[in-house]
Amino acid sequence: MINVILFASIRENLGTQGLQVSVPQPLSVTALVQHLGQTENDQWRQELGQENVLVAVNQAMVSFDHVVQDDDEVAFFPPVTGG
Amino acid sequence: MTTTIRIQTEVFDPGVEINQLGAVSMQVGAVTSFTGLVRDINEQAGVSGLYLEHYPGMTEKQISLIIDEAAQRWQVLAATVIHRVGALVPADPIVFVGVASQHRGDAFHACEYIIDFLKTRATFWKKEQTQVGDRWLTTRDSDVDTAEQWRSGPR
Repeated sequence: MINVILFASIRENLGTQGLQVSVPQPLSVTALVQHLGQTENDQWRQELGQENVLVAVNQAMVSFDHVVQDDDEVAFFPPVTGG
Repeated sequence: MTTTIRIQTEVFDPGVEINQLGAVSMQVGAVTSFTGLVRDINEQAGVSGLYLEHYPGMTEKQISLIIDEAAQRWQVLAATVIHRVGALVPADPIVFVGVASQHRGDAFHACEYIIDFLKTRATFWKKEQTQVGDRWLTTRDSDVDTAEQWRSGPR
């Protein structure tokens, strides 16, 4: 299972802190977003597919080309605004 | 190098942190610090409060990476970063960055580098409460530009 977690506006817009999703084989983050658009609903694809959305895998920033696999923690969030 | 990173809801005392940085070693000749406070005016007037959330685990890792980068670039004997989360109101201290070095140049530059990249890379998100409703803040282009200057310019 891949552990998907969401933060800030993305969490609020999708109405959940995240979910566990099983995937048949390793896939890119972009493909994972497409997959979630099918297993959940199209709002997931729209929300996570927005241009400014950032992704971290196992708590390190990656690009949407990064390949994710079973047991990975995949976090989606908007640009950060701390400080 | 002594590194302290704390993410907390409680208020902090910059004076206590500065004194601790100065006490890490007899080699310390300079301690610089930055304290960020919550403003009552941001993109819109009348900010009554803020709510901050973060990504536990990743936030600490990102800050640790930023401190390590600063320590590779300048001489750093100790660095402290404290960031508050949860509910805050205007005038509350929200972030503290302190650096102890042998000399002031290293301490000033490392402190500025750490706060500049904390703003663009540490996983915190602010939600503002205003008279016209709540809204998540967006990244300022000026903050991104400020951090990027460290990559191109020798300082």
